[in-house]
Amino acid sequence: MDLANFLIQLLNGLQYGLLLFMLAAGLTLIFGIMGVVNLAHGSFYMIGAYMAWSMSALFGNLFVAIVVGALLSVALGWALEWVLFRHFYHRDHLDQVLLTFGLIYIFEEARSLLWGDDVHAVQMPASLDWAIPLTDNLSYPVYRLVMAGICVLLALGLYLLISKTRLGMKFRAGAFNHDMTEALGINIRLIHGIVFALGVGLASVAGMIAAPISSVYPNMGSTVLIMCFVVVVIGGIGSVRGALVASLLVGLVDTFGKVLLPQVAGMLVYMLMAAVLLYKPEGLFKH
Amino acid sequence: MTTRRLVLSRSAAIIGAASSGLLLPEIVRAQSGKVRVGFMLPYTGTFAQLGVAIENGFRMALNEQGGKLGGREVEFFKVDDESNPAKGIENASRLVERDKVDVLVGTVHSGVQMGIHKVARDTGVLNLIPNAGVHIATRGQCAPNVFRTSFSNSQPTLALGKAMVERGHKKAVWITWNYAAGDEAFEGFEKSYTEAGGTIIKKLGLPFPNVEFQALLTEIASLKPDAVACFFAGGGAAKFLRDYAAAGLNKNIQLYGSGFLTEGVLDAAGDAANGVLTTMHYSDSLDTPANKKFRLDYAKTFKLQPDVYAVQGYDTGLLLVKGANAVKGDLSNKKALYAAMEGATIDSPRGKWSMSKSHNPVQDMYLRKVDNKENKVIGIAQKAVADPGTGCRMG
Repeated sequence: MDLANFLIQLLNGLQYGLLLFMLAAGLTLIFGIMGVVNLAHGSFYMIGAYMAWSMSALFGNLFVAIVVGALLSVALGWALEWVLFRHFYHRDHLDQVLLTFGLIYIFEEARSLLWGDDVHAVQMPASLDWAIPLTDNLSYPVYRLVMAGICVLLALGLYLLISKTRLGMKFRAGAFNHDMTEALGINIRLIHGIVFALGVGLASVAGMIAAPISSVYPNMGSTVLIMCFVVVVIGGIGSVRGALVASLLVGLVDTFGKVLLPQVAGMLVYMLMAAVLLYKPEGLFKH
Repeated sequence: MTTRRLVLSRSAAIIGAASSGLLLPEIVRAQSGKVRVGFMLPYTGTFAQLGVAIENGFRMALNEQGGKLGGREVEFFKVDDESNPAKGIENASRLVERDKVDVLVGTVHSGVQMGIHKVARDTGVLNLIPNAGVHIATRGQCAPNVFRTSFSNSQPTLALGKAMVERGHKKAVWITWNYAAGDEAFEGFEKSYTEAGGTIIKKLGLPFPNVEFQALLTEIASLKPDAVACFFAGGGAAKFLRDYAAAGLNKNIQLYGSGFLTEGVLDAAGDAANGVLTTMHYSDSLDTPANKKFRLDYAKTFKLQPDVYAVQGYDTGLLLVKGANAVKGDLSNKKALYAAMEGATIDSPRGKWSMSKSHNPVQDMYLRKVDNKENKVIGIAQKAVADPGTGCRMG
């Protein structure tokens, strides 16, 4: 592999990792701050993608669709937390798994009823639909670079939110000691609602942004969900910083694995997870 | 005196008498009642559309014959296999044991097909495969009661090699998912491409159903082949077409594929698919009277456009009709029934085809080019392509 090739593959891996981060961040926040195992996270990614499809057809503009979709998904997250998840914080993790697993099926069927089972395309905005030539026969789509940029901004935004704002402090307090936080007069229920809505919103927006590249099809949430959980476990549950490091790591291992060790490419990420857990059972970073 | 023993023995007698009555209809039903046709297809999940299309096509074929098989009325039974291989045997057994079907039409997913295949070989029920291309069903594990009306996984790619070399593309990279269907498609490609004089520079694969192609697209660019041949289907195929074009590879490296690369995904792939060449046993745009009539009738009946799966379902119906007519509806006359189906020539929308010795279609493969969201037929890639049927011992 020559230098140019290596650099391009590096770019590929980082870009994939950043998209994974957007999904994993939501999942790790929900798991870390609320202690809820949310298997339906991949479904929110799918819902976001399908929303992008129908709304960009409706509004004729992907950016508008993403903004409206983001608002809708935050509202959806808030509603789900209020109606369902609120009652499961104190329940066994197995109960949460069963609930969210059931939700996956419900969302898939709802998707089938609302949008059908076909494969669909989401139009890329014309302003971003070009590519930068990297070598004489390979170009890099600008849209992917923009996507990576958005994820970086997001990472920054989350970092600022969690470590520099009062709200972020309340998040961290709630994650550290739920009952004490409540005893100190902080409205922990409101915090939970906000975190869940934020998590769902992140997953949904990730789906919307990725839609022009990935196309929109049934079960698109399931493969991405598994990667998401691997990232969260490697990075440490509840740690957004961990999610960032882990998702970049997973992105790079997946990319280089496919090229260098194709026979075991499917296993490499899981082997990475096993290796990390052997050395650090709680993941790379704590809260 | 009403003792418990008396009550129990009298009840047993009554139940015994009553249930012997249940046996009678069974004996009488044998071959004069309705023919029981069981559909085991995906009615939910990713392949739901395919399941519906196959059933639609089958029913259309039957209705063209007045809705009867060999003069007998037909009764339908359905099971949703959910494309779940783990429940394959259970679902197939339900149709055979509980519903007592005479014919089992199914299915789409090759993993589920292996479950059906086991039940078919164990019970001897007539199984018509309207899609699943898994090799072993008409090779090592072929059976006299199993017929396939679709294709085997290597048939489309068996026709690809010659077409590529004829166009001067002598160095190619192959890429697909690392799973059974991908491996079997490669088998056909390897054989036909190397026989025609082509060289496979590298064989790339990624885990199924991973759709992160960027790393391998970069790899392809660095290898600088004349062309890329591939096998992908469904949502993954749409993404591959788009990623391939987005990386600018389509400008210098011609993309070829087994026809499923461009089936049902051209709307989603858009302009990215233009110029892609594929081989398959059918194309929506096939300009023959048989195909035109079929497409018109299907659209009128179901208010939907048919696809290759509808054609396969239709041909399954045609095949069963031929068989049933030959034995005048007596499906228990297996020898004559199977012989009739083995010797049948199906006048299909895809063109005329007949059964190979291992019960797989011998059919022409068309070369198609994508132009403005359509698979335009630009010629016949290879005539009368047959699956080798290696290891099939049926006499």
